[in-house]
Amino acid sequence: MIPAPFDYVRAGSADEAVAALAEHGDDAKLLAGGMSLLPLMKLRLATPTVLIDVGRVRELSYVRDAGDHLAVGALTRHRDLETSDVLATHCAPLRTVASEVGDNQVRHRGTIGGSVAHGDPASDLPALLLALDATFVVRGPGGERTLAAADFFHGFLETALEPDELLTEIRVPKPGGTGFAYEKFQRRAQDWAIVGAMAVRNGDTRVALVNMGGTPLRALAVEEALAGGASVEQAAEHAAEGTEPPGDINATPEYREHLARVLVRRALEAASA
Amino acid sequence: MRIGTTVNGQAHEHDVEPRLLLVQYLREVVGLTGTKIGCDTSSCGACTMLVDGESVKSCTMLAAQADGSEITTIEGLANGDELHPVQAAFHDQHGLQCGFCTAGMVMATVSLLDEIPRPTERDVRLGLEGNLCRCTGYHNIVQAVLAAAGTNR
Repeated sequence: MIPAPFDYVRAGSADEAVAALAEHGDDAKLLAGGMSLLPLMKLRLATPTVLIDVGRVRELSYVRDAGDHLAVGALTRHRDLETSDVLATHCAPLRTVASEVGDNQVRHRGTIGGSVAHGDPASDLPALLLALDATFVVRGPGGERTLAAADFFHGFLETALEPDELLTEIRVPKPGGTGFAYEKFQRRAQDWAIVGAMAVRNGDTRVALVNMGGTPLRALAVEEALAGGASVEQAAEHAAEGTEPPGDINATPEYREHLARVLVRRALEAASA
Repeated sequence: MRIGTTVNGQAHEHDVEPRLLLVQYLREVVGLTGTKIGCDTSSCGACTMLVDGESVKSCTMLAAQADGSEITTIEGLANGDELHPVQAAFHDQHGLQCGFCTAGMVMATVSLLDEIPRPTERDVRLGLEGNLCRCTGYHNIVQAVLAAAGTNR
């Protein structure tokens, strides 16, 4: 399968990428690792006429301890996250979830910013960033702005990013989770989650869901039940409340709701252990 | 567009269409057909090769993205008639049945052992999750990887 023709532009810096986006407008797409975009282009579900390759913008590949938060460059690869010493000390959940993305080959190419900007609710990292109250720094022709993860994901493959904006940095508040577990249900080890559930303890308990709707979701009813003194078992019964999971070849919506309840219970138990 | 690559130690320069996939570039432009196209959707791993020393699925990468890179394919592993240790281990342990996934399995293994030189069986099974064997010949493949690493007791 071969993508439709396009013009290829390689950006050497974040500013060059923003300038190229301004020049080429809505017809252009940014290419980071390409692990999500290239399959869509091969299926001709995406047919950008210009690809702006930001894969070599090294200035956006880093994990830094920035005092009260961790600063992660948008073009940091999953491989670099799962082996990061800074994350091992300050945000082990991000390391763990990065190691759950795809397979080794995918993690050698794919980036955290690419995953976030793509906005696929079946992705692993966006749900974690939602649970951790991460913020996203984006750069456009008018300068930078910062968006909360809770305001970023609008729908299936839709985000708050404007067509002329580049995601540059992900900021994760410290501490990045004291207890954590991710339960990912899939048919083959490398597959997207049919449903995923993660629990993060940071004093309170946050619960996030993967592939239970058009965006990554917080299981707020579970969190409220826990805060109100419910047991893990009781709280997990609320896991599917307020969700509208998709039905597809892998699972019906009802089966996904069942999975959410089971996986949330397991994640809460594991995160508390 | 003009791209330059080093493939198995040899420098190449070619004019390519931006949409040319890396696997097509290797098979059809450079002429190295040891790398196979299996699923063509980055699931099966048959097209795995090394780009700058790390395994990638070359059906899901543009040749343009590999401009300036060092590429190693299955043809680049052996030293003349002397098999690479991973190739030799797959041979010794009969780590293949029909052989279609083998080039990808071997390349993924070379990358895995570079990152985890002394893997456990679990490390191997997780590390090769991106490579599918439709013959389901995983047992001997895992044994071959452990043998190559010298961790098969």
